[in-house]
Amino acid sequence: MSLLLNGFTVLCVILGGVFFLAGTVGLLRFPDAASRLHALTKPDNLGLGLIVLGILPRVADPVDALKLVLIWVLVQFGAGTAAQLLGYHARVDRRAR
Amino acid sequence: MSQLLDIVLVAMTLSLAVWTVMARDVFSATVGFMAFGLLLAIIWVQLAAPDVAMTEAAIGAGASGVLFLRFIARRDALGASIGKPRPDDAPVPTGLRIACGALCGIVAMALGIAVLALPSPAPSLAQAAAASLPRTGLGNPIAAVLMAYRALDTLLESVVLVLALIGIWSLSPDSAWGSSPDPFPSPAPAGPLTLFARLLPPVGIIVGIHLTWIGATAPGGKFQGATVLAAMWLLAMMAGLARPPAIGATWLRVLLAAGPTIFLAIGFSGWLFADAFLAYTDAAAKPIIVLIEAVLTPSIAAILAMMLIGPPALAHMRAPDT
Repeated sequence: MSLLLNGFTVLCVILGGVFFLAGTVGLLRFPDAASRLHALTKPDNLGLGLIVLGILPRVADPVDALKLVLIWVLVQFGAGTAAQLLGYHARVDRRAR
Repeated sequence: MSQLLDIVLVAMTLSLAVWTVMARDVFSATVGFMAFGLLLAIIWVQLAAPDVAMTEAAIGAGASGVLFLRFIARRDALGASIGKPRPDDAPVPTGLRIACGALCGIVAMALGIAVLALPSPAPSLAQAAAASLPRTGLGNPIAAVLMAYRALDTLLESVVLVLALIGIWSLSPDSAWGSSPDPFPSPAPAGPLTLFARLLPPVGIIVGIHLTWIGATAPGGKFQGATVLAAMWLLAMMAGLARPPAIGATWLRVLLAAGPTIFLAIGFSGWLFADAFLAYTDAAAKPIIVLIEAVLTPSIAAILAMMLIGPPALAHMRAPDT
């Protein structure tokens, strides 16, 4: 059972890391602001989500687990809001030019 | 493995520091500085100093970064209002550059020598701090240092914050004195930020109070908690849901001064009930410390928020009454 849980954690955290890596490569390589934002929001959402999911079975205290999930939810809100604002201003800047 | 992480962290921090110094425009340098603060916070976590890490992330990266960004926005707006759209960085004379570089180099070298010259093992008061911990009734030795052993430093810190705010306010023109600081430019599109500013504060206020409360027994404390509270107020103001208060308002001034004043009063009462300034009797130590933190937190939060909003100035240069 614990082997299964450990495997689950390793798999989830590695997958989350892959999303962070892919997001970073996208941020550096994509041609315009909109697609770079798209690359940026993937690690925030899926990458962090998978890492939190992977850590959850290892947390003894349910309150700590709740905190981890709350962190993920709050990062969703923060990243989503920032992406909206950045995307809007990128579009306005492009029209102005 | 952990050593590899340390090496990567140090390499990233150093290269980011160099990049921040070399950055050509103020905005890039500010963004670099904020990222630098976050990396520094991770280093503090690696050094098993979560209290310092939280302060670095909240004040060093967060509050200072927002302060710089707000400065850049105001500078550009002020430039536009006097007909200079970008009052850009005048070229710094080469002599001044060399002098600054030399001074920084000397300071860095002196710090390096001081660190290398430390005897091994380094002198430490950690044993003494831990030994007296039960007398304060606190569980977190950091809180004991800040609120009991070296309470004078914390008192002076809170007074310095008030003085800094007075310094910022005194930059406002005579005609604007006592009125509200300039509101944040209304965000476009308003929707996402307004939603965010409605959803986050209920959570953030609880987190801020929790950080302050838990500081007595675990990593956390009033500065970290107050920064979170200040951020929530600022967020509401940025989204246009709250207006900056007039700096002449009595309630605001009472709020700003209450924390340091009560702290000072408790300090003087130490002469009456214990044997010295800022001394607490053992039995009352914990309640007194909690009381000080409880009154200091809202004051620090309000001071930080008012510092970041800045002095009232721009609106009065454009129109007589806004």
